[in-house]
Amino acid sequence: MRRAKSLWVAIMLTLAPAGAGAAPPADPLGSPMWIAHARTLFGDDPVRFDPRVHVSFPMIAENQRAFPVVIDARGIAGVRRMILLADLNPIPVAIDYRPLHAAPYVATRIKLDQRTPIRGAVQLDSGQWLVSGGWIDAAGGGCSAPPVSRVKGDWADHLGEIRGEVWPMAQGYNRVRLSFRHPMDTGLVENIATYHLEALAVTDGEGRVLGDMDIWASVAEDPAITLMVDGSPDAALRVAARDTNGRDYRANLILARQSPMPGGR
Amino acid sequence: MKLSRRAMLGGIAGLATMPARAADYSITAVPVGDGIWMVRGADEPIEEHNGGAIANIAIIATPAGTVLWECGPSLRYGRALRQVAEQLTGQRIIRVYVSHLHPDHGLGLAAFDPAIVAALPGTIAALTAQGQGYADGMYRLLGDWMRGTDLILPGRTIMAAQEDFGGRVLRLLALSGHSSADLALLDERSGLLLAGDLVFHDRAPSTPTADLAAWRASLEQLKALPHGGVLPGHGPLDPTGTAAIAQTRDWIDWLEGALTQAVRDGLDMVEAGDLPIPARFARMAAARYEVQRSVSHLYPGIEAALLPRIDVKSAP
Repeated sequence: MRRAKSLWVAIMLTLAPAGAGAAPPADPLGSPMWIAHARTLFGDDPVRFDPRVHVSFPMIAENQRAFPVVIDARGIAGVRRMILLADLNPIPVAIDYRPLHAAPYVATRIKLDQRTPIRGAVQLDSGQWLVSGGWIDAAGGGCSAPPVSRVKGDWADHLGEIRGEVWPMAQGYNRVRLSFRHPMDTGLVENIATYHLEALAVTDGEGRVLGDMDIWASVAEDPAITLMVDGSPDAALRVAARDTNGRDYRANLILARQSPMPGGR
Repeated sequence: MKLSRRAMLGGIAGLATMPARAADYSITAVPVGDGIWMVRGADEPIEEHNGGAIANIAIIATPAGTVLWECGPSLRYGRALRQVAEQLTGQRIIRVYVSHLHPDHGLGLAAFDPAIVAALPGTIAALTAQGQGYADGMYRLLGDWMRGTDLILPGRTIMAAQEDFGGRVLRLLALSGHSSADLALLDERSGLLLAGDLVFHDRAPSTPTADLAAWRASLEQLKALPHGGVLPGHGPLDPTGTAAIAQTRDWIDWLEGALTQAVRDGLDMVEAGDLPIPARFARMAAARYEVQRSVSHLYPGIEAALLPRIDVKSAP
C-alpha cells in the first residue's frame, strides 16, 4: 500500500510541469493532495520533511468536530511562521501563525471531515519550509455538520465570551491559553453562511505584538488556542481577535496571580 | 470450457471489488455459576479484527427459558449467540436484556424478536435519539461484520424491580452514570451481579456518555448491594465482588482529578492525553486509549468551569 502510494507520488512528480520551481519532495505520508497543497502554500520556497517539527495528536479521533493537535518546533531555531494543515479537509489550512516574540509552539483543536494527514509546516527565516505530520482516521462530517451551538440555538448568547489564563514558564516564556465562544461556521452546512474567527494577536503591555495568526473555519467550534509568548513576570497581555463579520474581540490577561507551571512544560 | 479473455478480466475485476466477508465470531460460553455462563468480550477497542465483540455477555438458564444479558454488536453476532445459548441450555431464548445504549452491547438485538428485548426507558429514549449515529459509526469501523444490522429498539420497557422466570428471580437495578440509563442485574440463584458498563475490570472504563457524579453514586449502590461475584461490562469476572467496583471507582476518581489538575496546570488536550497513568493501573487494558478518549469527552467542560472569563467590552 505504502509502496503503491510512493509510486503514485513518483509518477505525479514526473508529470509535474517543469519550470515551476523545485518540485516538492516525495511525501512520506503518500497523500493525494500533497503536491497541490505544497505548491499552493510553499510556492517556490524550498521544502523538506523534518521530524524535529513535532506534530502530536491523540491516537483516536474521538470527536471529529474537535480534534486536538500540537505543533512544537522548539527544537528548531529561527522559525517565523507555522501552518497547521489537514490535507483532505475541505478547508485544509486551520491556522497560519507568526510567533514574532514567541516560542514556535501552537496547540488547538480542528475539525476533521475524513481520514486525513495532519501536518505542521514551519518556515525558517531563510525561507526554508520544514514539514512533519501523520495520518489520523476519522468519521466524516466534522466540517459539514452544524455546530452544537447552532443546533442548541444559543451561539449568539455566548458570542464574545473569552476564557483564558497565563502561566509563567521556566524558560522565560509565558504560556497562554485562550478559549473563545464562536460557532466557527464552515459555510458547508445548508443555510448557514461562513462565519468564523479570522485573526488573533497577543500583545504585551507596551503594545509589542508577540504573536499573531490567521484562523480558518476548520478550527473547531469554540476555538481553544495555546501559545508560548516571550514574557516578563509582571507583564499584562492583551488579546485582540476579529471574525469574518468584522466583530472585534478583546481580552486582558494578568500574569501575577498564577504560580509557575509545574514541570516547566 | 474455455474462458474468454473478457470473461476472465470481468471475473478478476469482480473479485477485486467484492467486499471481503469477515470471519465468523467464535463464541465460547464459560460456566460461572449455577445455570449461568459468561461470554468474554475482547479487552480491546472496537476493531476490525475483533468484529466489535468486546462486551461481556451472560447466558442464564431458567425454568421458563433462556435469558440473555446483552446481545453483542451486530446481527451476525446476535444470531451466533442465540445458537450457542440455545444449544447450551436446550431452551429457547425468552428474554434479552440490553444494559445501556452503547452499540457493542445492544446492536445484536437485530437477531431477536424485539418483543422479548427489555431495556430501561432511558436507554430506549437514548437509542431513539443517538442509536443511528452509533450504528453508522459501527459500520464505518467494522464494515462487513455489521452486514444486515439495523438499529432496532427494545420492545419492552423495564418498569419493575425484578422478573421471575419460573422461580429464578432476576433483580433489575435502574442506575446511571456510565450513560443516562444503566441497567444492572442481580441473579439471586448464583448471587452474581451483572453490572454492565458501570463496572470495568482490568480494562479501562470508557466515558463517552458519562456523568461521573452519578457513576460514583451508582457504584456506591452496587457496593452496598449484597452480592457474590461481579460480571463486569468489560474485563474478567471478579469473583471477589468488590475489586472491580473499587477499581472502576479508583479510575474515574483519578481521571477526573488528573484532568482537572491538567487544566489548572495549563495543559492542552494533547498534553493531557499523554499524562502519566499511575502504576496501579498497569494491568488495565486499553488504558492510554481510554484516557485520550476521556480527554475528548471531559476536558472542554473542565476548561469552561475553571478558566476565568477575560473578555473586556471596550477596545484597549
